[in-house]
Amino acid sequence: MSVTKPPVDSPEIRRLEPVLEPGHTYASVTDKIAAVVLSRPLGLGWLAGFTLTFSLVMILFGSIGWLVVKGVGIWGINIPIGWGFAIVNFVWWIGIGHAGTLISAILFLLNQKWRTSINRFAEAMTLFAVACAGIFPLIHTGRPWMAYYMMPYPSTMGIWPQFRSPLIWDVFAVSTYGTVSLLFWFVGLLPDLATLRDRAKTRWQQLIYGALAMGWRNSARHWHRYQSAYLLLAGLATPLVLSVHTVVSFDFAVAIVPGWHTTIFPPYFVAGAIYSGFAMVLTLAIPLRKAYGLEDFITMRHLDNMAKVMLATGLIVAYGYFVEFFMAFYSGNKFDVFLAQQRLHGPYAHFYYALILCNILTPQLLWFEKVRRNVALLFVMSLIINTGMWLERFVIVVISLTRDFMPSAWGRYSPTFWDYSTFIGTIGLFVMMIFLFVRGLPAIAIAEMRELVAHESHSKQGHE
Amino acid sequence: MREHGVHMHGVMGEFETPEQLLAAARKAREAGYRRIDAYTPFPIEGLAQAIGFRWTAVPLITLLGGLGGGLTGFGLQYWVAAITYPQNIGGRPLNSWPAFIPVTFELTVLGASICAVVGMLALNKLPQPYHPVFSVERFARASTDRFFLLIESRDAKFNLAETAKFLQSVSALHVDEVKDEE
Repeated sequence: MSVTKPPVDSPEIRRLEPVLEPGHTYASVTDKIAAVVLSRPLGLGWLAGFTLTFSLVMILFGSIGWLVVKGVGIWGINIPIGWGFAIVNFVWWIGIGHAGTLISAILFLLNQKWRTSINRFAEAMTLFAVACAGIFPLIHTGRPWMAYYMMPYPSTMGIWPQFRSPLIWDVFAVSTYGTVSLLFWFVGLLPDLATLRDRAKTRWQQLIYGALAMGWRNSARHWHRYQSAYLLLAGLATPLVLSVHTVVSFDFAVAIVPGWHTTIFPPYFVAGAIYSGFAMVLTLAIPLRKAYGLEDFITMRHLDNMAKVMLATGLIVAYGYFVEFFMAFYSGNKFDVFLAQQRLHGPYAHFYYALILCNILTPQLLWFEKVRRNVALLFVMSLIINTGMWLERFVIVVISLTRDFMPSAWGRYSPTFWDYSTFIGTIGLFVMMIFLFVRGLPAIAIAEMRELVAHESHSKQGHE
Repeated sequence: MREHGVHMHGVMGEFETPEQLLAAARKAREAGYRRIDAYTPFPIEGLAQAIGFRWTAVPLITLLGGLGGGLTGFGLQYWVAAITYPQNIGGRPLNSWPAFIPVTFELTVLGASICAVVGMLALNKLPQPYHPVFSVERFARASTDRFFLLIESRDAKFNLAETAKFLQSVSALHVDEVKDEE
């Protein structure tokens, strides 16, 4: 006799699957999340991870130091390839940040309860990704100590920035995005910092969390204004996040270079940003929930939903690739046609095929429920998609710049040791910041989880 | 109510569920108390209204911040491109406003967001390192799983014994005096 199991994929089962495992109370969610920060001893895994990523950060500092000494000539860039890794990495990092804002702002406005347990570390991911992104254009200027030239200030030279240039729009878009993400993150953290202050066990914890909480005392008046501000910030961050990658895509689309000068760029850049961002959220969430036993809070429902968002945005990206090709041939512009052919047959064709494999073919597996529920496979796929999104930017930047209008302006690009060491260094910086964040601040929004507990118990009473 | 340098800030009742707190807050208003506040581990719908707090200036401040940011953004670009640093590029118009939209938009969002956060903190009078409610030991649970209602001594109807009795009558688990040591 076989035991009758409930069908895995029936819609009923899926609807019943909780965003929070049952049996949790206000105190239990608070204890569990706060304990990771306040009382859990540093494990060997954390120390090993931190040590490794810290040494990568030292490599980053070394690479930047050498760059400051020698100039951008240490990289593989030269005319006609002025952009190279620096811009590829900039676009890649800033794109990764977008999922954090999408989860925290757009899903908040859409009242999606499943965002609650993933929004905090997704926002942290945004901040750290924007920090890594910001490094690249800064050091790509070659003289980063003169970066303030990009700011409008009354200089003694009487010169001002060119506000008609997308590169200046970028300065404003990225710095606004960084600032607003920080504000949004801090506002969300405020009640949780007060929670940590109230539960702090040592004098230092009391002092640090007490100072950061700024005297927040959970008053109903405070909450009322807080909710108003939070909602407004979510409403402001939503168009902002769409504008940021749109402006980044303008860096390309406003130029007349073949393969860049297309109107599909803004929407397909935004979709690609969300695609890679969700992949990165999965890359972080899967080890995090395992290492700190947070499977009750970051449930299979979250992983499943994120996989679905990846599939949807992946299809938009695939559509973008298709339209690029279609428009190249449909327009009949010989430079665009030639560039499309160069993607398929040129010296960097293997990058293009790898990109199609990573970004279009692999994610089709996500149509299957069994794949979306296989945590290990999902983790591997998130890495593949992140690689694919990096390749996408490489293809856009390098193939177009090496195959300009005139054969005399053609060139080749190959990154040097310092290109790789800077890139790997920023990955180290990003992961190190995540390591520090997980142990220094609550990785899951505690106050919002308590709200979720209240909501769940309420809806349960309603059903009975 | 001043004695020996210790000032009575109010009386605080502790409740187990948000529903009990909400009911108690409404009864306190009905009983004529006006200087009341509630403390909860997460925002509770209708609680601000129950303690007689409806309107907040945060949206207005945000709107003003957004308008200020947007006007500054556009004004700056217009002034730079058309007045102080004009560049004749093939006779194109100096006030090329479509090219000024991205920065205007970004500064609108920046101004609105900063004003929303700073306005919220300022209206909440934060940072505030000290507040009398923290002197109640049980109050630490306001950030975990307990719900508190405070009736302040400034209230015209406040009377230590009677107000404490009132809080007990609306099923408070504990009633504490909140002292403000000077």
